[in-house]
Amino acid sequence: MPVAASAIYFLNLRGDVLINRLYRDDVGGNMVDAFRTHIMQTKELGTCPVRQIGGCSFFYMRISNVYIVIVVSSNANVACAFKFVVEAVALFKSYFGGAFDEDAIRNNFVLIYELLDEIMDFGYPQNLSPEILKLYITQEGVRSPFSSKPADRPVPNATLQVTGAVGWRREGLVYKKNEVFLDIVESVNLLMSSKGSVLRCDVTGKILMKCFLSGMPDLKLGLNDKIGLEKESQLKSRPTKSGKTIELDDVTFHQCVNLTRFNSEKTVSFVPPDGEFELMKYRITEGVNLPFKVLPTIKELGRTRMEVNVKVKSVFGAKMFALGVVVKIPVPKQTAKTSFTVTSGRAKYNAAIDCLVWKIRKFPGQTEPTLSAEVELISTMAEKKSWTRPPIQMEFQVPMFTASGLRVRFLKVWEKSGYNTVEWVRYITKAGSYEIRC
Amino acid sequence: MSRNDSKYFSTTKKGEIPELKEELNSQYKDKRKDAVKKVIAAMTVGKDVSSLFTDVVNCMQTENLELKKLVYLYLINYAKSQPDLAILAVNTFVKDSQDPNPLIRALAVRTMGCIRVDKITEYLCDPLQRCLKDDDPYVRKTAAICVAKLYDINAELVEDRGFLESLKDLISDNNPMVVANAVAALAEIQENSSKPIFEITSHTLSKLLTALNECTEWGQVFILDALSRYKAADAREAENIVERVTPRLQHANCAVVLSAVKMILQQMELISSTDVVRNLCKKMAPPLVTLLSAEPEIQYVALRNINLIVQRRPTILAHEIKVFFCKYNDPIYVKMEKLEIMIKLASDRNIDQVLLEFKEYATEVDVDFVRKAVRAIGRCAIKLERAAERCISVLLELIKIKVNYVVQEAIIVIKDIFRRYPNTYESIIATLCESLDTLDEPEAKASMIWIIGEYAERIDNADELLESFLETFPEEPAQVQLQLLTATVKLFLKKPTEGPQHMIQVVLNNATVETDNPDLRDRAYIYWRLLSTDPEAAKDVVLAEKPVITDDSNQLDSSLLDELLANIATLSSVYHKPPDAFVTRVVSSAQRTEDEDYAEGSEVGYSESHPSDGPVSPSAARQAPASSAPVATSPPAAPVPDLLGDLIGMDNNSIVPLDQPVTPTGPPLPVLLPASTGQGLQISAQLTRRDGQVFYSLLFENNSQIPLDGFMIQFNKNTFGLAAAGPLQVPLLQPGTSARTLLPMVMFQNMSQGPPSSLLQVAVKNNQQPVWYFNDKMSLHTFFTEDGKMERATFLETWRSLPDSNEVSKDFPNLVIGSVEATLEHLAASNLFFIAKRKNANQDVFYFSTEIPRGMPFLIELTTVVGNPGVKCAAKTPNPEMSGLLFEAIETLLRG
Repeated sequence: MPVAASAIYFLNLRGDVLINRLYRDDVGGNMVDAFRTHIMQTKELGTCPVRQIGGCSFFYMRISNVYIVIVVSSNANVACAFKFVVEAVALFKSYFGGAFDEDAIRNNFVLIYELLDEIMDFGYPQNLSPEILKLYITQEGVRSPFSSKPADRPVPNATLQVTGAVGWRREGLVYKKNEVFLDIVESVNLLMSSKGSVLRCDVTGKILMKCFLSGMPDLKLGLNDKIGLEKESQLKSRPTKSGKTIELDDVTFHQCVNLTRFNSEKTVSFVPPDGEFELMKYRITEGVNLPFKVLPTIKELGRTRMEVNVKVKSVFGAKMFALGVVVKIPVPKQTAKTSFTVTSGRAKYNAAIDCLVWKIRKFPGQTEPTLSAEVELISTMAEKKSWTRPPIQMEFQVPMFTASGLRVRFLKVWEKSGYNTVEWVRYITKAGSYEIRC
Repeated sequence: MSRNDSKYFSTTKKGEIPELKEELNSQYKDKRKDAVKKVIAAMTVGKDVSSLFTDVVNCMQTENLELKKLVYLYLINYAKSQPDLAILAVNTFVKDSQDPNPLIRALAVRTMGCIRVDKITEYLCDPLQRCLKDDDPYVRKTAAICVAKLYDINAELVEDRGFLESLKDLISDNNPMVVANAVAALAEIQENSSKPIFEITSHTLSKLLTALNECTEWGQVFILDALSRYKAADAREAENIVERVTPRLQHANCAVVLSAVKMILQQMELISSTDVVRNLCKKMAPPLVTLLSAEPEIQYVALRNINLIVQRRPTILAHEIKVFFCKYNDPIYVKMEKLEIMIKLASDRNIDQVLLEFKEYATEVDVDFVRKAVRAIGRCAIKLERAAERCISVLLELIKIKVNYVVQEAIIVIKDIFRRYPNTYESIIATLCESLDTLDEPEAKASMIWIIGEYAERIDNADELLESFLETFPEEPAQVQLQLLTATVKLFLKKPTEGPQHMIQVVLNNATVETDNPDLRDRAYIYWRLLSTDPEAAKDVVLAEKPVITDDSNQLDSSLLDELLANIATLSSVYHKPPDAFVTRVVSSAQRTEDEDYAEGSEVGYSESHPSDGPVSPSAARQAPASSAPVATSPPAAPVPDLLGDLIGMDNNSIVPLDQPVTPTGPPLPVLLPASTGQGLQISAQLTRRDGQVFYSLLFENNSQIPLDGFMIQFNKNTFGLAAAGPLQVPLLQPGTSARTLLPMVMFQNMSQGPPSSLLQVAVKNNQQPVWYFNDKMSLHTFFTEDGKMERATFLETWRSLPDSNEVSKDFPNLVIGSVEATLEHLAASNLFFIAKRKNANQDVFYFSTEIPRGMPFLIELTTVVGNPGVKCAAKTPNPEMSGLLFEAIETLLRG
């Protein structure tokens, strides 16, 4: 049964109900008490997001300082339920302009009730596209160009658009200047052993789009991925151009992309929603260009001293540079004193996270700054367990660089009025979970 | 710029309700709207504002859509408590359902369907009929779901008014969202009905597959879930279906992906071409891996499902083991599931990498995770013969780190490795023996003792090692005592020298006369009898070759796996339990076997008497039955039969032939099915606890004229979800004979809803007689676990942390505690652990702790004057609703 919820609760960290909505009659009204006594007030909290208590099951998620709890008593679709929560939160955020927390909920509770009534019926998720919902669920809190419209005047076509095949775009949009912004954002995930061998490495990328296009345009996107190019050369019966092709392990698309067409023709074609959205996500494991190599040597000298040497090598083009590079080198809890020498950037000891934090604001390619530090430890007799050595973690952003090598080959926009569009493409690579064991 | 609704929460003045009432009747629109908002805010925080019903409903007739929605929301919450007043709203509803604005028409129908009041329902039919045929798809899609709502309230009405036909017509609607909602509604109605209502023909199938392309993401989930029940006629059709579903694997919505995977897996069963299957496996792997980059909660759901998928199709992710490596910051529940899948995917090809990972995890901070990692190494050793040696060397490295719980866990798994590969790796025993004195967990101790006993001939100082344990024999947990007993016997049989001979005397003495654990005593007597009769036979029995074990832990049985795979993405796939095990549903059905009928039938009665009231309701404590009925008591020290009495004196004259069946002894069991009702079959039974496990001890007496065989047993849903862990083993019963058996039980299999109750309904059948039903009582103390002992500090902390509302108490005016020592010992034997004692005036106050599985502790305070009647029992627990059962158990224990 694809039912996702019988009831949904929004609780603050103390367990007070901020919002509750019962969708079905098969769970009692006091279910939230059960959640409080059996999960929130016990060490169970956070050990498993799906729990059965008595005849009911609870799914919960914490988002900022709010617990969102779903209660069911049937064999519900859990995947659907969690995805619903994620999307609902995104919807609320888009309504209240960013933040989603206890205050935002209290300040908008009428709106939330109204939305909850609309986005789920009898436990079945309905249309959750902010774009469309904003057409007819309008509150003063909404920051949208339509907020001046009186709420009680029926919006023509709204209902048709909610249920329509293009349930994510409204009709009759007009822009003076038709523009499309494409951002290719890649996160590199790396797990490297202390000896420098790559244990796991992959790139999760997403293509973010911002569309300011008039009418109902049809878009077609071409990338330098292997399958797409092969298919194309097959269709045009001419050999693939030489040059790098990328093999995408997996791609997932926004609901606007025609999947059947992608499957048969390998082209990404779609009618985009207005404004900002995530067009596709992809994953690559082969041929990843790691932007940084980290070479740590950490020596424990006796019980009270440690010597830390870390060299970070940037392996992208010399003309490029990375921004906001942070290297977090874990040290034991009982660290007393630290002293550093760094060849670039600044380093300090952060006792709150038990790390040496080394920051380099601008990091050019093909360089290799080093950090050497001496750490003095308080000797404690009670410390029975040896130090577990958590991994070194890195944060960075490298503009105009893709770890996968993915490039946009073309973006075609077709609309019946035949206007011209301006396309902007940016690339950026960020650190996902970039960990080096030491 | 967000609005500031929070002000509506801030009215806490006295006279709030009258004030609101006044505002609701204000002549100003804005004031009325604000007042309704305040009412909703009060409703949210749990205040009772039902008394304002008429005033709120008066605001319903408004042009303001926002206000209307708020009033509707209020109605959904309170109509049930004011059914007579709810009728006031009907007119507006009916009027709204004909409003020119489709949003209002839909809103009216949607809300009416949520109000479960008969009077409203009567008026719902006509608007619903109209709305199902509305011009606007938004209204139709809302009406489609409304049919499911109405079916839930009054199924007959839906059938009589022909709504099902209208709903089926909507499958052919030209709007994809209407189609999707109609499918969802029909699927739900079908699930709750035994009649064929929504049958998917190949025609509907192709129509729905086409609709799939145009639906919203959620609509795709509804359709895929409904279609996954479809059985393709042949491989060709299955391939066709799969081809049209595979594009869904690329969807960004995880629910769509999982539902598509479910459907593909279902159809794959029919496809015989290995190429096609291989190709499909290849296509499914990447989307499954991608699910692991979603939110941790979704990852968890995905991992639980992947666990099932790799059991059926191990090849799908055979090359993807790396994606299951744990990240340092993964939440613990994700790590645990990843570990489980890593074990499943471990092979000779990747074991080196996997072992490196496990080793890394074994040094992390979270103790449970570390333990699981160590255990994982052992399980890999048992699974992969060629890698066993490498696994062992990793385990030895870990033992050298000397982290206590790592060492203990390693010893437990090494014992299993010895069982799997006898006579292969015994050279490491010496290393193990070094850690002997650091062991403090029963399971690790028992494992180590088993190893010493099993390999006594190779360990020079085996007798010394065992002897060191013997000193503390009486204090050891039952698990360790049993192992010590067996190990000493093994040692004696292998090295029948003076030392071991002395040891065996000590152990046998300890394990017979000085214990009241029946299992230990029984085992000790058997050994004693064996040793004194025929040491050679003893060798055959005790040193017999053991069957080789395999790693089948966490492998599901094939038919269960089928069922779970058909339920991918649902709760059932997360719990790894069939839906029936946790969902209680009222289904009317004509054809069913007798046994099922019994279980379902009484379940219906059960759930009706406590509608939607989980066992956690605090009011349940009051309803707990008083303990007046004769409760089966736990066995007091068993009377030793004469025969054994002789044996204690090593009297070899009264030897019993060994082949006589050894039956579990104990006090007579309470008769639950007297022979007079059972056509000559008499059944006595009682729940008991042995070795940390719950057993159902049964005695069957055949007083009829015919032989009886084919005994089967079934338990109805009950508070603790007790169910048989295996089949009932009762031999053919000739007239006039009896049979005694111990049936191992498992908990939390078929839990019933409703307040906790001690009622256990049992059905027993055999091939000759009708099914017999009888009721038993579950005593809570049967479930007290061996590890319920708390440290004093923890006890105090827990006591303080529990709110006073969780404290319950009861007086037992007639109970007397005669001897403190004997009582404490007796309670400890039943896993009710003594914590501390203090004096209060002339009274003694005792503190105890105990726990039942799933970590439900009870903290107990007994106040009494020793030797005088009157015991006051107070208990604090996170589960006060269990207190009725607890008091019953305590009374039983103190009387015993």
